[in-house]
Amino acid sequence: MADTEALALRLRRHVVRMTHRGNSSHVGSALSMADIMAVLYGRVLRVDPSQPKWPGRDRFILSKGHAGACVYAALAERGFFPVEQLEQHYSNGSVLSGHVSHKGVPGVELSTGSLGHGLGVGGGMAKQLRRLGGNQRVFVVLSDGECDEGSNWEAILFASHHRLDNLVAIIDYNKIQSLASVAETLALEPFADKWTAFGWAVRRVDGHDHAALHAVLDGAPLESGKPTVIIADTTKGKGVSFMEDSVLWHYRSPQGEEYENALAELAGGA
Amino acid sequence: MRDSFIKALTELAEIDPRVVLITGDLGFGVLTDFANNRPDQFINAGVAEQNMTALAAGMALEGARAYTYSIANFTTLRCLEQLRNDVCYHEADVTAVSVGGGFSYGQLGMSHFATEDLAIMRALPNMTVVAPSDPWQALELTRQLHARGGPAYLRLDKDKAGLEPAPASVVLGKVREVRAGADAVIFATGAILGEALAAAETLAAEGAAVRVVDVHTLKPLDVEGVVAIASECGVVVTVEEHNKLGGLGGAIAEACLEGGAKVRSFRRVGLSDLYPTIVGDQKFLRRAYEMDAPAIAAVVRDALKAAG
Repeated sequence: MADTEALALRLRRHVVRMTHRGNSSHVGSALSMADIMAVLYGRVLRVDPSQPKWPGRDRFILSKGHAGACVYAALAERGFFPVEQLEQHYSNGSVLSGHVSHKGVPGVELSTGSLGHGLGVGGGMAKQLRRLGGNQRVFVVLSDGECDEGSNWEAILFASHHRLDNLVAIIDYNKIQSLASVAETLALEPFADKWTAFGWAVRRVDGHDHAALHAVLDGAPLESGKPTVIIADTTKGKGVSFMEDSVLWHYRSPQGEEYENALAELAGGA
Repeated sequence: MRDSFIKALTELAEIDPRVVLITGDLGFGVLTDFANNRPDQFINAGVAEQNMTALAAGMALEGARAYTYSIANFTTLRCLEQLRNDVCYHEADVTAVSVGGGFSYGQLGMSHFATEDLAIMRALPNMTVVAPSDPWQALELTRQLHARGGPAYLRLDKDKAGLEPAPASVVLGKVREVRAGADAVIFATGAILGEALAAAETLAAEGAAVRVVDVHTLKPLDVEGVVAIASECGVVVTVEEHNKLGGLGGAIAEACLEGGAKVRSFRRVGLSDLYPTIVGDQKFLRRAYEMDAPAIAAVVRDALKAAG
């Protein structure tokens, strides 16, 4: 647990530095999923950084592509490429785009950025891996606001109909989308009931509680014959007090004193 | 053409287990044998074309050779961004197969007319765009497209140009001369090639030798072939069952201008940037929207006159 918590702290520091340096958006969205990413890349995913395309690997797709900084940070920490390369995020001529891209970045399975694509492609991967008889799993992280996209619900229908129990969706449910709260924008509740009704195995967890994340993700998929969704309750901007639960930090970039204060709050640990 | 496509795909699926056919709940009767004989290579994705295309991309990224199948606008426009982001950007081996090119579903109304698909598919990087003119050609081009791999768009037509089978003359990415002549040339794509041939026949009786060229592959366009033929004939007319903007006419014009073809006059036959509001069968709509053989002949006469 201490290991993934320390990793999550490093991911948060990377994310704050990357968004500061790149003067880029979405720091709040990246911070909210740092614990999930730390547990996935620190413990759960069967991947081999020395062979990014190893056929036996688990697949990871970030469907909420705007939080690409957190994926790049996790891949670098896991050894897919040098941590120093993170400094190129958002810079002229770099391949480390704001929205996650597979072009030239080892370990990225799918380029995203337009919302509502990851689960459909992930479902196709899961279907084909199953046809080939493999035991690899496909993990897809989605945002809550992204669940407004109808394409997701097409994919949700497909996955349960085809009994894709090698597919695991994780919702980074931070309750805030671009302009306002999810509840005010296009309410999702009763959210777990919707997934259950669509035929998925559902668990709701605290998305910042590493013990809870370990428990649920170690056992994924949850049920034979059903795709799994883990609804992770999170806090947007988690880890930096003045960014938490704030719409402002969906787009704002930490600069000046705010940057210094954010890093100070994330100091310590490994 | 759809039967030819299925015949070819069935043969390919037998020798290549990576082939998977994904329909968007279309193909009653047409896909039945394939579905029954090769259940592991067939998926009905339901009426959900965005997911059909995304899942095709996902399967292709894991080694499948995926074919999506529906009526033209549903395999293209409905899921355009899935084609763009998931298929083309990832260079995924997916072929979007459309039935009902142009006015094939003429009585069904505007929602089922495919009259912008060629322009839009052509604008996608990495996408191969093919529109056969006859069923036997659809069969041959399906085989050649499979050998090339996706991303690709295959536009099938209910009509046929009516040419004798000559599969050896069909080469993906090359234009094909189907009638000789040097006074003018008609470049046509899809089954409407038959109208172009009829127009050339009419013009021959008037003393004009009009060459007819089948452009079954819109992308990659055979620029060298197009420029050479356009320069030889000097008078160029394009014919497509499609909006005039951005499809065959645009592609040929671009090739001629950039390639320095010596063209004295140039005309496009197609839909004049509008949506048909009347319905009717394919032949009726071609006549109504001035794309049938007499209308094409009139445009060629006009182009010949302008060239002096």
